[in-house]
Amino acid sequence: MKALFAFWIAHRGELAALLGQHVMLVTASTVVAVAAGVPLGIFSARRPRLASPLIGLASVVQTIPSLAMFGFLLPVPLVGGVGARAALVVLILYGLLPIVRTTIAGLRSIDPAIREAGVAMGMTPRELLRQVELPLALPSIVAGVRVAAVVAVGSATIAAAIGAGGLGEYIYRGLSMVDTTVILAGAIPAALLALTVDAGLLWVERQLSVRRRSPRRRAAAAGVALVTAVVLLTSGVAARRTSGAIIVGSKNFTEQLVLGELVAQIIERDAGMPVLRRLNLGGTLICDGALRAGDLDVYVEYTGTALTAVFHAPISTDEAAVFDTVRNLYAKTGRTLLPPLGFNNTFAILVRGADARALGLRTIEDAARQSPHWRAGFGYEFVERPDGYAGLAKAYGFRFPEPPRVMDLTLSYRALASGQVDLIAGDATAGLIKALDLAPLDDNQHYFPPYDAAPVARAETLLRYPEVRLALERLSGKISADDMRALNYAADVEHRDIRTIAREFIAARITRESRTSP
Amino acid sequence: MPVPAIEFRDVSFMRPGGLRVLDRFSLTVESGDVLALVGRSGSGKTTVLKLVNRLLLPDAGAVLVEGRDTREWEPIRLRRRVGFVLQDVGLFPHLNVAGNVGVVPRLEGWPPERTTARVDELLDLVGLGAPSVAGRWPDELSGGQRQRVGVARALAIDPPVLLMDEPFGALDPLTRAELHTEFRRIQQRVRKSVVIVTHDMGEAFALGDRVGVLEGGRLIALDRPEVVAASREPLVRRLLDALPVVPRGPGTDAAPRAEGGAGAAASR
Repeated sequence: MKALFAFWIAHRGELAALLGQHVMLVTASTVVAVAAGVPLGIFSARRPRLASPLIGLASVVQTIPSLAMFGFLLPVPLVGGVGARAALVVLILYGLLPIVRTTIAGLRSIDPAIREAGVAMGMTPRELLRQVELPLALPSIVAGVRVAAVVAVGSATIAAAIGAGGLGEYIYRGLSMVDTTVILAGAIPAALLALTVDAGLLWVERQLSVRRRSPRRRAAAAGVALVTAVVLLTSGVAARRTSGAIIVGSKNFTEQLVLGELVAQIIERDAGMPVLRRLNLGGTLICDGALRAGDLDVYVEYTGTALTAVFHAPISTDEAAVFDTVRNLYAKTGRTLLPPLGFNNTFAILVRGADARALGLRTIEDAARQSPHWRAGFGYEFVERPDGYAGLAKAYGFRFPEPPRVMDLTLSYRALASGQVDLIAGDATAGLIKALDLAPLDDNQHYFPPYDAAPVARAETLLRYPEVRLALERLSGKISADDMRALNYAADVEHRDIRTIAREFIAARITRESRTSP
Repeated sequence: MPVPAIEFRDVSFMRPGGLRVLDRFSLTVESGDVLALVGRSGSGKTTVLKLVNRLLLPDAGAVLVEGRDTREWEPIRLRRRVGFVLQDVGLFPHLNVAGNVGVVPRLEGWPPERTTARVDELLDLVGLGAPSVAGRWPDELSGGQRQRVGVARALAIDPPVLLMDEPFGALDPLTRAELHTEFRRIQQRVRKSVVIVTHDMGEAFALGDRVGVLEGGRLIALDRPEVVAASREPLVRRLLDALPVVPRGPGTDAAPRAEGGAGAAASR
């Protein structure tokens, strides 16, 4: 508990910014969902043939897990990609269902005698709608808005996976660092926000549904809600005005967060450019898609990963050849691969240190012999990648009695240490290897290609801002495997703040460019 | 000779299912007259009203309001010249009494002061002149008060024609008798052309200048109340015997009846 407050105080600026982003996402998506959903509900309330398929469709949309929805939208032009825009699209889609449904229900629940009275009094359909039907359906509609907004608070946490920011950043960061404090640092404000939104809109709903309200008070309630929405929106938009910034991305595990922060800080320090961080994106393909779409300017990739997962090129184990191949493939698609940072983050096939010592395991080949008695656990990517499990099993002849369990990469270290699985594929540079007494096995058959870490950037950005290229090149060869392991250890095991770790590393290791020299 | 307020000329009307509700139905309501139409449930009474304000159009024949075929009337204009009091009143629950009575004036774009003055005048007319009533909400009113508000609302822009669909059906006998008296008093002042529909012969006799008996989609009697009551026409006789008979006159409405107010509402 104390640690949590300490974290909030230390990160209060960031916390405020993330909260602002979160509120902006929720408000903007809810406002648009209302603007689209209410007319849609009105339109279909009178057309039963349209209403049921529409509600059916909206329900199907609702059942798609939000992470999957972000995935679907990734390659879609205009609305897809990464960042707040794509997140808004998803949140709007989720918000539509409750609003359309309650609009229809609200309109349908009106006593037919009341509608008939309006018609008999000579109201036009428009007058009937505005003076009778909408006022009577309003409490029901607001109830739908309430549901939509609360759902949006929850879904917006997941939007952090595509770099939309918000409190989900802390949740993802905490998950990747296996640090409950950081998870709670995001989850608690998100829960409080949901409760606040719920209570606020409940108040509006009550103001509208109690009949003994003068029209003035009802108007006041509606006005309060509207003004609040507008204020939140404009403040959110103002907070996000960072055009002209270099957008730095990263994948969603500790090492990537550290590298993303290093890249961001070196650009800020040596290129003197503002940086927008879209760290913690949900995987290689999201980062690559974002870079192609221009939603990212730079992130750190690993040569072997680019070769196999991005370009689907045949596997090679020659370090220099792989680098050249990947650099050429990137160049053809408008991206520039910068010089490697200096370490090779290969997959490390890991077993418990105790097992390795007891059974005398040194190589992956040794472990393969034990596989009929073992269970394996792998991250999502490792199971799918061409340089992943399938090839490994073939190369070494693994024969596990049951299919490997698929789990979050970071959690797999804990699962191994606690004996839930007996073998995992981790990162060679993971700080947890040392912390949890895990033993990396030697890839004696040279199955894995090299995974040299190197920044990859949009060529256009580098051309326009040569100082960014210079800054990135200053990282070249500066981070050894030991350095990376130490950085990961500081973040994962010592739970130190990633920004601070990165700042200290840059200050100590990368000399400041003297701007005055020609 | 003045143009009749309402005229039905050989009107036939069928429900969508093909069921014939009105069959070559003819009727005239002179200006300033009260016609009470009596008939059993499903005899087509409400249909007659809906044909007048063009909620329905006839399949054959013509309905004329102020000498003009309803097909030629612009429906919104027509409906604003025809006040309608519904059986279950249909007061708007989101508006207070003044708001409900002022609906049509506002639709007509009256300035607020004129609407307010008119609302006060009408509430006074229907016996709800107490200043506290205007600000009450429909669910705070008794059944009788609701009906009075319904009448005031229908009279808001002084339409020449007033249609009333079982307006007092859901009230207890005492309140009902009171409202009958009130209705006659109001009608003496406003002199509207009224069609009032009821299944209660007593009510028809109490309110109508003329009483029409509707059976099988046709009028089987149409005359002054005492003439209808004395009719020897077997169909009329049978209907008169079948309907709950209530001796005429205020104050005696409370006599025991075969069918109470609540039953009347449910039978519709």
